[in-house]
Amino acid sequence: MEKTICAISTNPGNGGAISIVRMSGPASVEITSKIFSNKSFLMAPTHTIHYGYIVSDGEKIDEVLVMKMLSPRTYTTEDIIEINCHGGMSTTNKVLELLILNGAELAEPGEFTKRAFLNGRINLLEAEAVGDLIEAKNDKARALAMNGVSGSLTKLIQDLREKIVTLLANIEVNIDYPEYEDEKVITHENILPELKEISLSLQKIVKESENGKILKEGINVAFIGRPNVGKSSLLNAFLEEEKAIVTDISGTTRDIVEGSVNLNGILLNLIDTAGIRDTEDIVEKIGVDKSKKLLDSADLVILVLNSNEKLTNEDRDLLTKISTKKSIIFLNKNDLESKIDEEIYQYPNITIGNTTSIDGILPLKNKIIDLFHLNEIESKDMNYLSNVRQVTLAKKALNNIKNVEQQIQENIPIDMLEIEMKEAWNNLGLIIGATYEDELIDNLFQKFCLGK
Amino acid sequence: MLIMIKNRKEVPKMKFDCIVVGGGHAGCEAAHISAFMGAKTLLITMNQKNIADMPCNPSIGGTAKGIIVREIDALGGLMGRVADQSHFQIKMLNSAKGPAVRSLRAQADKITYPQNMFHELKNTKNLELMEGTVEDIIVEKNKIKAIVLNNGQKIETETLILTTGTYLKSNILIGNENTEGGPHGEPRSHYLSDNLKKLGFEIQRLKTGTPQRIKHSSIDFSKLKEEVGDNEYYTFSWDHAPSYKLNEQQKCYLLYTNEKTHNIVLSNLDKSAMYGGYVTGIGPRYCPSIEDKLVRFKDKERHQLFLEPESLFYDEWYLQGFSTSMPRDIQEQMVHSLEGLEHAIITKYAYAIEYDAINPLQIKPSLESKVIDNIFTAGQINGTSGYEEAAGQGIIAGINAVLKLKQKEPLILKRNEAYIGVLIDDLVTKGTNEPYRMLTSRAEYRLLLRHDNADLRLRDIAWKVGSITKEQYEATRKKKAQITELMDLLKKEKIKLNEENKSKLKKYNIELSSSKSFYELLKRPDINLKIIAEFLPLPFDELMKEQVEIAIKYEGYINKTERDVERMLKLEEKQIPEDIDYDKIKNIASEARQKLKKVRPLSIGQAARISGVNPSDISILAVYLKKEYSKNDGRDL
Repeated sequence: MEKTICAISTNPGNGGAISIVRMSGPASVEITSKIFSNKSFLMAPTHTIHYGYIVSDGEKIDEVLVMKMLSPRTYTTEDIIEINCHGGMSTTNKVLELLILNGAELAEPGEFTKRAFLNGRINLLEAEAVGDLIEAKNDKARALAMNGVSGSLTKLIQDLREKIVTLLANIEVNIDYPEYEDEKVITHENILPELKEISLSLQKIVKESENGKILKEGINVAFIGRPNVGKSSLLNAFLEEEKAIVTDISGTTRDIVEGSVNLNGILLNLIDTAGIRDTEDIVEKIGVDKSKKLLDSADLVILVLNSNEKLTNEDRDLLTKISTKKSIIFLNKNDLESKIDEEIYQYPNITIGNTTSIDGILPLKNKIIDLFHLNEIESKDMNYLSNVRQVTLAKKALNNIKNVEQQIQENIPIDMLEIEMKEAWNNLGLIIGATYEDELIDNLFQKFCLGK
Repeated sequence: MLIMIKNRKEVPKMKFDCIVVGGGHAGCEAAHISAFMGAKTLLITMNQKNIADMPCNPSIGGTAKGIIVREIDALGGLMGRVADQSHFQIKMLNSAKGPAVRSLRAQADKITYPQNMFHELKNTKNLELMEGTVEDIIVEKNKIKAIVLNNGQKIETETLILTTGTYLKSNILIGNENTEGGPHGEPRSHYLSDNLKKLGFEIQRLKTGTPQRIKHSSIDFSKLKEEVGDNEYYTFSWDHAPSYKLNEQQKCYLLYTNEKTHNIVLSNLDKSAMYGGYVTGIGPRYCPSIEDKLVRFKDKERHQLFLEPESLFYDEWYLQGFSTSMPRDIQEQMVHSLEGLEHAIITKYAYAIEYDAINPLQIKPSLESKVIDNIFTAGQINGTSGYEEAAGQGIIAGINAVLKLKQKEPLILKRNEAYIGVLIDDLVTKGTNEPYRMLTSRAEYRLLLRHDNADLRLRDIAWKVGSITKEQYEATRKKKAQITELMDLLKKEKIKLNEENKSKLKKYNIELSSSKSFYELLKRPDINLKIIAEFLPLPFDELMKEQVEIAIKYEGYINKTERDVERMLKLEEKQIPEDIDYDKIKNIASEARQKLKKVRPLSIGQAARISGVNPSDISILAVYLKKEYSKNDGRDL
C-alpha cells in the first residue's frame, strides 16, 4: 500500500493570505474526514469543494475550503486533498501537524511530482521542469523553469550532441569505408581542436548552470556562532529590512529557513542553526533532523563573532569547522570597542559591521554579492541546465571529452577514442531523454557519400 | 522426432525434418548446418548452377562483414572455409586502426566459389539437393506441414527455412524497361509471396541494384591506380592453413567519375528507373545508385569507383560504385566518360531489382516466424542485404530449426556475443524499411566482437548446440588454455634489472627505476610482445600472442565495454511476460504502445531499443511490470 503524503504546498516564506496543505495517497479522504467538520465531505463526488472547519479536540483550528479530487484524474493520479487555510503560517502548520498525527507522512521535497512521474502521468523532463516551476521563488527562476519546459534547454544539448555525432559519423565512415579516399580522414591532429571546442562549451554550460542553480534555488546561508554574539539580531536585520514575513511562532518553524530575502534579485535563504536542539514535538523533530543536513549543504556559512570580546575556545572551534566551507566571518558590534584578538584578521573574508545602525549590515551584503558574483548573473544564464541531475550529467560528459583529449596524447587508436565520445554523447542524451544509436547511423548516411 | 539416418534408404516417401527453399548464401548455410546437426534436410533451388551465386560484387568479407564470416566459421558454417579456397586477393582492412575494427575481405572468384560450395553441400551427410520452384506452403494447426512446387508436387516437412533472396515476385529495371524475373534473367517465384501474405505475413517491396560489367580487354589499365592484396597470409577459417600464393594475387583498380560523367547523369535523370518514378521499392542508403550520389551530394567534384575482376575463368570486370537504373544508351555514355574506360565494352548493363520481403518485426529472435510455427526465414527475405548477412542468418535459422525439432531452447546470440546477434536483434527489434547492411557502427560492443576472437567467443556456444565437430571444439579449448598460460606468465615474471637488460631497454628509450612484471611493461604504448620476447622466452603461437597483447594493451577499454555490457544484460534480464497486455498500461505514448504490441519484446532491454519507444515509456513499462508481475520476486526493476 502506498503511503499517504502531505506538505504545505504554498511557499511559507513568500506570504499571501491563503496557504494550501496538500495530501496525496489512498488514505487522504479518510484522514481529512477525521479532522474536518463538514460531514457531507466523506461521501461527496470527486472534484468538489467543501467549506468547514479543521477541528482538533473540539477546538476550531481554522476556517478552510477543502478540495476533494479522487484518482485517477489528479496530478499524482492518486486521491488528492487540498486544504486552503486562512489563518496564517501558525495555523497552517497546525493543520499539517494534525494530518501527520492522523496517519499521513510528511512528503519529501518533490515527492508529489515523483509520484506523478512514477504513475506515468508525466515524463522525466516534464517532471524536472514542473518541479522547478513549483519551487521557483523569484521571477528569474520562473523564467528558467519555463525554459526547461519549452525545450530551449533541449536545443542547446542537441547542438552539442550534433557536433559529437558528426565527429563520430566521420570516424565510422573511415572505419566502414576504409578505401574511400575522398572522405576526410579523422586523425589525432585534426580531431583535437574540435574536441577542445566541445569541451569549452561544456565547461561554459557547467559553470553557468551553477549560476542557474543559484538563480533557481537561491543561496542557502547558515548563521553560526555561540550564544549572545548577535545571530538573531543579525537575522532580523536582514529580514526586517526586506520586510519579509518572518515565521516567528516558536516551535512551529519546521521549515529551517527562517525567511528568504532578495539580494540583487537573488534569493538568500536564511538558516538559523540555533534551531538545532532536542525536541519531543514530532513535526519539529523532522525539522531538526533536516537542519543538521541543511547546515552541511549550506552554500554559505556566516560565522558571527563579537568584536567586543576576546576569542573563546568555542569561537576557535567554529573557525576551524568553517575552513572547508565557503564562509564569511562577520565581526559584529563594531559600534562598540574592539577587543577581539588581532589574529582574526589573518582569516579570509572578514567583514565588520553591526545590527544597530541602518547601514550596519551593508558591508556583509556587499561581501555576499562579491563572493557569488551576483552582479554578473544575468538573464543570459536562463538557458542553462537547472537541476542537479542534469548538471551532473553535463559534468560527466565534460569529463568524457577531457579523457578523450588525454587519450590522444597517449596515441590511442581513433576507434578506441570513440568509446568515451559515445559516452559523452549518451550522457548528453540522458539530459534530454534521447539516446538512439540510430541517430548515428542516420547521420552517417546523410553526411557521407558511400557505397558500391 | 528426428528420423534416424540409418532408416533413410528405407524411406523413399518424401518427408523431411527440414526443407530449405533457396540455394543462396543463407540457404547453403542453413541446409548444411541442419544436415550436420542430424536433421534429414532437403535444399530446393530453382537452378543448381546458381547455388551460392554471387550476383553482385565479387568479394566475401569487408568491414564488419569479414567478422561475420569468421563468426559463421566459428559456428560451424561454410562461408569462410569456401572463401579461403576460392579467392584471388585478400586484404586486412583497417590494419592501421585499432584491433576492434579490423576485418578481412577476399576477392572471391565467381566461378570457383559456387563450385566449391556445391562440392561441400554434395558431400554433406543427410542433405539432399533438388531443383524446383516453391509456390505455396501448406499449414496445419498453424504449423508448417508441406511445401508445394509449381508442378503441384507436395513435400512434407517438420520445419521450413525460407531463403528466397531476391526471387519473390522480382522485377528487373533498366531505364523504363521493367522485366519480370530474378538476377541473370532467371525466372522468379510468382505466387509464394502472395501466399505468404494470405497466411498473415506482411510483405514489403525492397530494391537493390548492381553496376555494369566491363570486358577486360577493353579497359585501359595504364590510366588507373592499382590496388593490391596484402603481403601477408590470412584465412577466414580457424581450421586450415592458407591455400593461395601471395604472389599470385590479382590486382584491382581505382578510378573516378568526372564533370562529364556528372553532366550525362544529371541531364538524363528522368530516364532513370529510380528517378523516372518506375521503381516502387525502397533502396538501401549505403548502396546508392550513381544518380542518388550525384543528386544528394551535388558539391562533390568526383566519386570514387573500383574495377574488380569477377573471375580468373572469364574476362568480365565489376565496376563498383556505378550502380544505376539508366537506360542502356545512357549507360554507354556514362561508362565511356570515365578515364580508362573510353573504349570500354559493357558486357552486362547495370540494373535495379525490386523484390518482395517480409516484415522482420514478424520474426522472433530465433528467426522463427511469429505468424506460423516452424517456419524460419533468413537473408534478403528478412530485409537484409549482403552475402555475409544472409549466411549469418542462414546458419542461425538452420541451427534453430534443428533445436526446435529437438524441443530445445533456441540459440539467440546477444549483442555482446556476435555481429550476427546485433544483426538479428536489430532486425527483429527495429525492423527495416531498406535492405539492412551490417556496419561496425551498429555494434556498440565492437571492442569485444573482434575478428580475431570469433572462435573464442562462439565455439563453446556452437559445441553446446552441436554445430561443430569435437576437433574444432578441442582446438579452441587448447587455444584458450594457452592464452591463459601466457597471460599468467606475463603477470608472474618480472624483468630483471641487470646491466644487460638495462642497455637493451635503453634501445627502446625505456628506463625503469624498479623491476616490473612483463604484464605491466606491456601496458606501455611503445612496448609489444616482440620486444618482450627479447627478455622472456615466449614459446607461443602468434594467434595466442595477439589475443594476450590486445587483452593487456586495451584492458581499460575492454573493462569499460564489459561494464556497459553488464548494464545492458541487466536490462535483458528484466523479462517481459509473454502474456502482457500493453493496452492495460496507462499513459504510455500511443506510438510506443503500437510498437510494443507489434514487436512484443522479450525484455526491457529489447523494448528500450525499439525506435519510437522513449525512455519515459520504458520507465512507465518498468513501473507497470513491477506493480503487476514482480510481487513475488524481490527483484528491483
